[in-house]
Amino acid sequence: MLTVFAIFADGLVYAAYLFIVAIGLTLIFGVMKILNVAHGSFYTFGAYGAATAVGIYFDRGLPEAGGFLLMILFAMALGLALGLILERGVMRLVYGRDEVVMVLVTYAAFLILEDLVMLVWGPGSYATYQPLLAAGNIEIGELVLSNYDLGLILVAAVLAAASYRGLKFTRYGRLLTAVIFDRETAAAFGIDVKVVYTVTFAIGAMLGALGGAIMAPKISVTLGIGVEVIVLAFAVVAIGGMGSIEGALVGALIVGICRAAAVHLVPQVELFVIYGVMALVLMIRPYGLFVRAQPRKI
Amino acid sequence: MSASILSVRDLGKRFGSMVAARDITVSVPARQTVSVIGANGAGKTTFINMITGHLRPTKGTIHFEDRDITGLPSRNIKRMGISRSFQVAQIFGSLTVFENMCAAAAIGRAPRNFMGHVLTRLRSRESIAEAETLMELFEIARYRNMIAANLPQGVRKLLDIGMAVAGSPRLLLLDEPTSGISIEEKFNLMQVVMSALRNRKITVLFVEHDMEIVERFAERVLAFYEGTVIADGPPTVTLADPRVQALISGPKLQRAGSVVTNV
Amino acid sequence: MRRGSQIPVSLAFLAAAAAAFVLPDWMISLATIAFANGLVVLGLIVMWRAGLVSFGQALYYCVGAYTVALIARWSGLTDALALVLIGGLSAGVVSFVLGFLVARYREIFFAMLSLALSMILYGVLVKTESLGSTDGFSVVIPTFLGYAPHQEQLVLALYWLVLAVCAIAAALIHAYFHSLAGALAVPVRDNEIRLEFLGMSVSRLVHTKLVISGLLAGAGGALAALVVGHVDPNMSYWTTSGEFVFITVLAGAGSVGAAFVGSLVFESIRSLAFAIIPQLWQMLLGSVLLLTILFLPHGLGSLLGRLRRRLGAP
Repeated sequence: MLTVFAIFADGLVYAAYLFIVAIGLTLIFGVMKILNVAHGSFYTFGAYGAATAVGIYFDRGLPEAGGFLLMILFAMALGLALGLILERGVMRLVYGRDEVVMVLVTYAAFLILEDLVMLVWGPGSYATYQPLLAAGNIEIGELVLSNYDLGLILVAAVLAAASYRGLKFTRYGRLLTAVIFDRETAAAFGIDVKVVYTVTFAIGAMLGALGGAIMAPKISVTLGIGVEVIVLAFAVVAIGGMGSIEGALVGALIVGICRAAAVHLVPQVELFVIYGVMALVLMIRPYGLFVRAQPRKI
Repeated sequence: MSASILSVRDLGKRFGSMVAARDITVSVPARQTVSVIGANGAGKTTFINMITGHLRPTKGTIHFEDRDITGLPSRNIKRMGISRSFQVAQIFGSLTVFENMCAAAAIGRAPRNFMGHVLTRLRSRESIAEAETLMELFEIARYRNMIAANLPQGVRKLLDIGMAVAGSPRLLLLDEPTSGISIEEKFNLMQVVMSALRNRKITVLFVEHDMEIVERFAERVLAFYEGTVIADGPPTVTLADPRVQALISGPKLQRAGSVVTNV
Repeated sequence: MRRGSQIPVSLAFLAAAAAAFVLPDWMISLATIAFANGLVVLGLIVMWRAGLVSFGQALYYCVGAYTVALIARWSGLTDALALVLIGGLSAGVVSFVLGFLVARYREIFFAMLSLALSMILYGVLVKTESLGSTDGFSVVIPTFLGYAPHQEQLVLALYWLVLAVCAIAAALIHAYFHSLAGALAVPVRDNEIRLEFLGMSVSRLVHTKLVISGLLAGAGGALAALVVGHVDPNMSYWTTSGEFVFITVLAGAGSVGAAFVGSLVFESIRSLAFAIIPQLWQMLLGSVLLLTILFLPHGLGSLLGRLRRRLGAP
């Protein structure tokens, strides 16, 4: 019974992490039809930014809550700047070209940014455990859960609710949904697709950076953390479907719980499980779980 | 061995709760030229898609030369002798007109097994010869080196139909061959197509909205409405049918020396 | 691609083989790896022409490599050519089986599924202690028809073996490109539906291309295993696949030769980068990729085409 709870708790935490990381990717994928490999860079910059902020702020006797806030805001600001530079500077040059070419451009950007991180922050690793420690633990029966992890789940839930409401009920959200559905028709209705692209990319970047910032206290912030995150985020987005927030949520939950189950029950298949689920879902629903069928072509 | 080349019985197609076609029973004798008319959404393209294997019928059977072809994939049906052209011309945009025709001819000739495709060549003497013949017949030879994506609409349609004729099919289905063509050119295009097909012993079914073209070129008219056939007979009879006039073609207007269209 | 280009390509291979007598060892080693990787790229080109880009060729590369390492260890077979054939064939079998699934996908979903499959293998290998987990394990030194060369002779022997395999592959693929199946790659990319209606089975065409590229990637991996002397799960990681795609973009999909030229250029850039600015080699690669996409969208091979036209024009 304890194992079931442990799997559930762990799964939920991992799912929260995956969702926060994947939501920016699926948004960009849905609106711009670009599978953004540089999303890993947003994550990386977010994590390193958080590390810097934590390094400056903590251990000075200042209130801890401020530390969390600074960490998040600084990281998201970095993400925003990076996203804008990337979109206006690079992506803009290749719009209209083949989907795969766009992916390769983001891959090139990712490679460049990986070394940029090293230039700015050096090759060493950063430990940013302070926020994690400061949050403390909570005990539920025999289970010890970190408050930080619970906070992670809360952030993911809030993000999910906010983006769902945002897309459905705000004017801008509905514009985004229109562009996701059919870019040409949206443009024909007078939507400035270029502006939508820039804003979407910036939001996606900030969300990616947020993911990195939030995870920073739980990991060792070092070179190469972006590489693994990209494929995980891809897996979640592939499962959920392009541009689908609900899909990213469900995908994150499926992968999170399956991975937790693997870690607790059959550790050898931990890595296998995530991509196995992705392959399985793609076999049954090639476009992901939440994407509509394609219209008649001839 | 019956005389009809195509025999369709109780054919129907549903998409979930939406009925696209129902109770279609038609028999077409060899070498007949049939026109299929009906408003948009009446089921004409669905009918063609089912015969050519793009859609699997949910009810009924299709027999071609007495063989049951219901539900077979389109590539098998093509190899048996049924070919089609498309409402929106489906061509290979990056290739030239000549290369498009060559491809169609070569595929039509290639043996069916795996090694056949590796051992044959695209530009064999026979494929080239057939491509040249078809380009001449469809009067598009002077565009031979133009990239297909850059072709004017009329030439695209002719290429599309020409490619369908490669491989000598015995039944040819033309889905709106004159769609997208200006009124003045429609007649001309149909003229070219029909003379190209004249000596080929081919049965033709063509979907058409222009009733003048139907009158001029068809021996028989199938009128579709809401997924089923409501009239079937020679053009003079079916086009005069009050139901057809009410639901599809509209009343025949009095000529006053100008071309009338009753679409 | 014209018939005539076959002669310069075979001359190029002969020249490359002869060059071994004058080039320093490090250059020969670089060229050996480049040619082995070139096989993988050749497979990618076969698929690229049909509009398919695989982000998971590392799977077959890794299968070829591990097969060689394991067969050599378990059976005591050390003959280089035999090992490469077995490695290539086993990857071919895997691609044949997976092809039934993968051949149904296109564009970005094809890329993602192939990526997922390669990451599955990675995950399995990392967690398998008996195969050395993340460290991998070493590959036995190969023999050549009973002859066991050492050091410089081994370097030469491997180089000529790789060249021989590449030359044969190049000839076969060249012939394939001129066949109907190969020539229909562009129609597959342009309009699959029309191809089906003309009587061609597109999924069979695609499946064939998948198997061809699987065989080539497996042979490349097998050769790499022998040359490097070591295999590890990283050979199946997505970044490895990414590199192969990178080279394909650099080379362009225009000809068989492009695969090997592109691979040589890539290895040279990489070695240069490691020598001069080792910390920034990723930045250099990324910049080269970006510049290639922006300014040379059809790869280096298109430069050759342009040159040829310039020279041929009156």
